[in-house]
This record gives sequence, C-alpha cells and structure tokens, in this order.
Amino acid sequence: MTPQEERPVAPATGEGAPHSRREAKDAARQDEVRLENAVETAGGELPPPAVPATAAGLGAGPGPDSTLMQRIMTGNALVAFLSVVLSLILGGLLIAVTDQNVARASSYFFSRPQDTLAAAWTAASSAYLALFQGSVLNFQGESFTRVIYPLTQTLTVATPLICAGLGVALAFRAGLFNIGAQGQILIGATFAGWVGFTLHLPVGIHLLLVILAGMVGGAVWAGLVGLLKARTGAHEVILTIMFNYIATNLVLYFLSTPAFQRPGSTNPISPQLDATALYPPLLGPAFRLHWGFVVAVLATVFVWWLLNRSTVGFELRAVGANPSAARTAGVNVSRGYILAMAIAGALAGLAGVAQVSGTEKVLTSGVAASFGFDAITVALLGRSSPWGTFAAGILFGAFRAGGVAMQASTGTSIDIVLVVQSLIVLFIAAPPLVRALFRLPAPGASRAGKGGSTTRTPASTGAAA
Amino acid sequence: MSTATTARDQSSPVRGTGDAGVRSWKNPIILSVVALFALLVFALGAPGNDVTFRLSEDNDPIVLPSIVVSGPVIGWIAALAMLALAVLAILRTRSGQKTPTWVLAVFAVLFLVAFLTWVVGSARTPNVALYGLLAGSVTLAVPLIFGSLSGVLCERSGVVNIAIEGQLLFGAFAAAVAASLSGSAFVGLLAAAVAGVLVSLVLAVFSIRYVVNQVIVGVVLNVLVSGLTGFLFSAVLSEDSERWNSPPRLPVIEIPLLADIPVIGPILFQQTIVGYLMYVAVAVVYVALYHSRWGLRTRAVGEHPKAADTLGVNVNRMRFVNVLLAGVVAGIGGSFFTLVAVSGFGRDMTAGQGYIALAALIFGRWNPIGAFFAALLFGFATNLSNVLSLLGTPVPDQFLRMLPYVVTVFAVAGLVGRSRAPGASGIPYIKG
Repeated sequence: MTPQEERPVAPATGEGAPHSRREAKDAARQDEVRLENAVETAGGELPPPAVPATAAGLGAGPGPDSTLMQRIMTGNALVAFLSVVLSLILGGLLIAVTDQNVARASSYFFSRPQDTLAAAWTAASSAYLALFQGSVLNFQGESFTRVIYPLTQTLTVATPLICAGLGVALAFRAGLFNIGAQGQILIGATFAGWVGFTLHLPVGIHLLLVILAGMVGGAVWAGLVGLLKARTGAHEVILTIMFNYIATNLVLYFLSTPAFQRPGSTNPISPQLDATALYPPLLGPAFRLHWGFVVAVLATVFVWWLLNRSTVGFELRAVGANPSAARTAGVNVSRGYILAMAIAGALAGLAGVAQVSGTEKVLTSGVAASFGFDAITVALLGRSSPWGTFAAGILFGAFRAGGVAMQASTGTSIDIVLVVQSLIVLFIAAPPLVRALFRLPAPGASRAGKGGSTTRTPASTGAAA
Repeated sequence: MSTATTARDQSSPVRGTGDAGVRSWKNPIILSVVALFALLVFALGAPGNDVTFRLSEDNDPIVLPSIVVSGPVIGWIAALAMLALAVLAILRTRSGQKTPTWVLAVFAVLFLVAFLTWVVGSARTPNVALYGLLAGSVTLAVPLIFGSLSGVLCERSGVVNIAIEGQLLFGAFAAAVAASLSGSAFVGLLAAAVAGVLVSLVLAVFSIRYVVNQVIVGVVLNVLVSGLTGFLFSAVLSEDSERWNSPPRLPVIEIPLLADIPVIGPILFQQTIVGYLMYVAVAVVYVALYHSRWGLRTRAVGEHPKAADTLGVNVNRMRFVNVLLAGVVAGIGGSFFTLVAVSGFGRDMTAGQGYIALAALIFGRWNPIGAFFAALLFGFATNLSNVLSLLGTPVPDQFLRMLPYVVTVFAVAGLVGRSRAPGASGIPYIKG
C-alpha cells in the first residue's frame, strides 16, 4: 500500500459520532469542502490517474492562492503559446530538410549558403502560408464568401474534434484514459445513420431522434468499457483500444448487410440520410458549416456545468483525483467509472452524429476519419478543461482543414500536422523543458519551499506510520 | 454528498485484503455460459462431415499422416466435457473453494479444439494445414513478443510503456531506410535497435526527468512517430523508393536436420535471425528478471521504489536504463515488419500491433514467459482468421478479423482474473 492511499484527504467520518442531524450535516459539509479542496489542488487541470498529489503538483499548476495575473504569466498560457511556436519551428525545419529544392541548393552549400537558407525558408513559409490560407482566411478569394470559407471549414472540422475531445477530457477527469473515442464515434454514427436513413419522420423529430440515437450508441459502447473496468478491474486503455478494432469490424459487417447497404449495391456504403435527418447549414448553403457546431458549443457548456457545478461532476473529479479517498468519502467509484465512460461515449456519439448527419451525410466505415485519435491530443492540449478542449479542438480543426489545403497546394504531406500536433502536446506537458529552452524563470520560485513542504508532509507521515 | 457518505462502496474492504474467503461466481458463470454455447453451436450445430488437419506436406523429408476427425463426435465430446468442467467449477465454488487453474486450462483447450473442428468443418474445404497454422502464428507473434518484452522491461521498473507501437513503427522505418542505403539487412537490424532507443529516450526524458504522465507521453509518442514516419515516407521514401525503401530481406537460417522435424521444425529451427533473437530475448529477459541482481533491483524499483532507494538503488537511473533497453528490444521487433514480413516500409504498417503487445503483456501478467504465450495466442487468433477467410467459412469475414481483439477483451476482463500490475507502475518517483 502506497503512502498516498493512507493519506487522510477526507477525514474518516466515523470518529467522534455526530450528536445531532445538524452536526452531522455540518461535518458532512466540511468534508465536502475539504474533498473539494483536495480535488482542486491535485494538480492543474489534469489530475493523472493514480498519480499522487506530490507528483501531479510538480507541473506548472499554480497554487490556489496565486492571483490571476500570476497564473497567466507563470502559468500555462505562456508555456502553451511557446509550445505552439516551438512545434511550428520544428515542423518547419522538418519541411525544409526534406524539401527537394533545399537538397539541390545544399549540394553547393559552402559556396552559396544563402541559397540553401532561402530555399529552406521558402519551403517552410510557403507550406505554413498554405496552411493558414486553408484554415483561417484566404486572401486570394475573389468574394467575401471565398475569403472566409476556410474559417468555416475549420469550424466544421473542429465540431467532431470538440465533441469527441470533450468525451476524452471528461473521462480523464474521472481518472480514466479513454482511447476509445474512435470506436465510440463509429458506433454513434452507425446508430444515428441507421435512424437517419431507415426511419422517415417529420422535420425536427427526425433530427432529434438521430442525435439521441448517436448519443445512445456511443454511450452504450463506452459504458460497456466502464462496466468491464468497474466489475473486473480490466485496464480501460486496453479495453478501449480493443473496442476500437471491434467497432471498426462491426461497422464493416453492418455495411455488408442489406439493412445498411444502398438498395441494389454491394458496396460498403449506406444510403444518403433523409433531408429531415441532417443538420441544417448554419451560414447558408455556400458553406459546409452546420448546426452541429452549435451542438458542440452547447456540449461544451454542458460539460463545464457538469464538471464544475453538479454533484455528479464533483464525484467524478473526486474519483479521478484519488479513488481511495473518494471511496472513503462515500462516492461509489464503480458507478463513477461507468457513468464517466457512458457520458464520454455519448459525447463521442455526438461527434459521430456531426459526421454522419452534418459533414458526410452517408455512413461509411471511414466516417470517423481519425477524429477519435485526434480527440485524445485535443483533450490533452486542452488540459481536460471543457473550454480548453473547445479551443484545442478549433486549433486542431484549423490544422486539419489547413493541412488538406496545404497538401493540395504545396504538396507537403498532411502528416506534418500530426508531427506538429504531437510536439505541441509533448511540450505543453513538460513546462520545465519549455522554460529551460526559452530561459524563462521557474514559476513561483518563492512558493516552491512552501508547496514542497505541504505536499511532502503527508507522504512522510504515511511512511513513518 | 451528505447522504452519499453513508452509502459505502461494498467492495472497499475486500480490496485491501485480497479475494480470499469471498466466493467469486465469475468463473463458474463464464464457464457455464461458454459450455452451453459450445453445446448449442459445436455439438448440435456440428458439420456432418469429417475434418482433416494436415501435419506435413507430401514432399517434406518426414511425412506424418493427417489427422482426420469426425465433426459431430469431436463437437459432442468437447461440449460435454466442457459442461462437466463447468459443473465441477460450480460445485467447487459452492463449497467455498477456488476453481483450479487446470480446469480453466483444460476448458480453454477443449474450446479451442471444438471451435477449430467446427469452423474448419463448416468451411467449403474442410481441410487445413495445422503445421502452417502454427508456424504462421509464431511468425505473426514475433513483433508482438518483442513488443511485450519491451513492455515487461519498462513496467517492471515502474514506467508504463504505451509507446510500444511507436517503437515498433520507428524500428521498422529505420530498418527499411538503413538497410536500403547500406544494402545490408544487418545494418538495418542495428538501425532498428537505435531507432527504438530514440523513442525510448524521449519516453524516459519526459516521464522520468520531467515527470509527465507516462500514458500521455506514450500516446503522444505514437502519434508523433506515426506522423514523422508518414511525413518522411511521402516526402523522401516514395520520391525515390529504389534508393530509400528497397531493403534486402533477412535470410532464413535453416538449422540442418532439426528443421526437418515435422510441425515444430519450421517453428523453432527455420527462422530469420529476428526469429531466433526472439527466443533468446524471452529466455534472457526471464532469467535476468528473476535470477540476477539487476532483475531484483528492477523489480524492487517497480514495486516499491522508496524501499529500493533506501537500500541504495538509484531508482530513476535504473528506470532510465531499463526504458532504453526496452527500446532496443522493441526496435528489433520493429525490424520484423520491413526486413522479414515484407520488403519495404509502408505508412502506419505496424497497424496497432504495439497495442496488442501491450494487451499480451497484461494477459501474460507482466511475466516474460506469460507475455510470450499470450502473444502466441494473439498471433494464432490473427493467423486463424487469415486462414479461415481463405477456406471460406460461414462466419462473416469481419467477425473473424475481430477474433484477436475479442480474445483480448476476454483475456483482460475475463478468465485471467484480477491481474496485478507492478506496484509503482505509472507512478513517477520523486526523491525526498
């Protein structure tokens, strides 16, 4: 047994039996406040599962007593920005090194080094310019619609990323590493798609039912993992990965049956969804952006409310911060796991709905693209907070939308986007590395001693006992 | 919350003390359900014809006769025996005893035999080469075994290694490029090991030096390697694949006489150097882990780093070295993809094998030998689905392809019981 498990985060309610209901209530409220504090201080926005507060607190997480200004200057915002810059620089170097013109110019590097450098600059900057024009504003567009079209494209791509990212983030907060968003999106899309093209219902009800079906599909698929984890103790990382493969094959199987195939076709592609089952376009027919984006915003608000303002969310965070302490405090940990996975799956299911009823309009086995895997990096980048995930989803949506345009115009492979994305997450996860690279002062150097002593005491108490 | 404090989780007192004394109906229930399934499908739904399992080719030096069995007979015998075992398990549990391990083992073997007979018997051609099935399983299991050994090395010293996939992929990539440029497959093998170490180095630096959550680093590393190799593949390798991506294959080294033994000859004595290294690696890791000073220290660091530290073991250096060693192992495993399986690198060609290796590691209970057999099982399941889809079975292709993954879920969640990870796995060690 590790010392952390013995650490009295929430004092046992058994000792000193309360004399009246009122006292009991007060004691319980105090417990709640203490546990809330324990959860809040357990390290930044992302409490890693089973990692003691001593370790988690080592990150950039500023203490609760720091001012807002301190939080911004020493906290994650600056590190996040520098991480993005650093990753873009590294990505640019990679583009430059592999560029044909650079290779040609480098053959006479020692006689004319500026040629190599110019070629490298051209390669990297033109790729990034294409990335920007494909994701934010296209200056060469002849009409206003064409100019802002890339931006709406970014938001369209961001929609499933945000929804699935929220699911991953929510599971993180409950201490669950949900790698299974891919499978959950697929099953959600399958449920939603089936309702969309098999049932023929009036406007409004149909779309609502499609959304509901997608959420149920994802929730069932992920809830199954939660159930297995709670009942058998199987690791959710393995389970969700396996469920991804099973989901892929299951959807392929469905698409080989007459119930899902287009009439008179044997291709693994479903009929088009009814018009009543589709998300209406948000900005008119000129853009692909659909109402699914609004749903994603609402989902973000919901997850924020759930995590920060509801009892269920509090219990989930308590389970994520320290399952043993949560159990001691009377939280049903098993129920927490199942619930967290089910809600996470429902959110991923929403991403499936956004794909099948917003962007793609048919069900294929590739309907989820790689959104489920990107969602993990989105949630990590968003530090598992709802609005952080929202912002990260839009950033990665921009990368993806811009990456497609970049590949088309400069021939730079879209894989560079994966490199830049994963570098960003890596750097953001290790603020000391970024600070060392940019020679920034360590945050709260004066607080370090204090923070160290408070977090260390319980550990040594446990060791001495 | 105030009401929830009274509703204690029922399972909490059990956790600390272990499952001793608590009747677990999980095993009997699972066995009964599976036995009834076997009765319905394998016995009642048995194909009427005979099933042939070939043990050797006609032109092999030693020719063994084929095994011919009758579908219904095997189906009924196996199903009834499985039912009997299930009843035994129920009786044992009712009297408060645990289900013995041999019951589970025999049950699994019976199920496998019955399933094979049924599925081959229902195929268009009820005739399968058993030796090929087994040899193919071992071949498919080679990268899995290397991957799970890498996981064993990391996790036993307290670092979760999700990055096996990345190590394999980068190893495969480096092997292809180095072997193509140098024209020697052995240089490729060396480069693969170096590439595995590079991935390991990032994992170690971030998870040990910067105390980043190990699972996060692992997942992100997999994405990074996938993106990096994919980018280089399209930017460099496919531009001039003659130069960059046409590695020579590793030769198959046949051990004279021994390789002629039917069935096991090709498995054990007709391998490439990667295949032989696989057997060596399993043995070395096993012996070193349980019978050497290094192994004792590794396990101590993974179970109780504080105790190890007190006794003078440098915890984080031990972990660092082990993670790098794991990179060597997984990198060599990655070279299998480009130097043995096919000649040349393809985008994301490891296709999630690293994750299966991770599952094999858990199924094998963090033990090199256990991981070896678990990986063999996954190799078998994969190969079986390949062979069966060629034979033309009534089972849809997609379900056959699901087989390895479903087996994994059952393995991780089902019969193995609550397997225990090394105590400090995933928890960074901070001295103080």
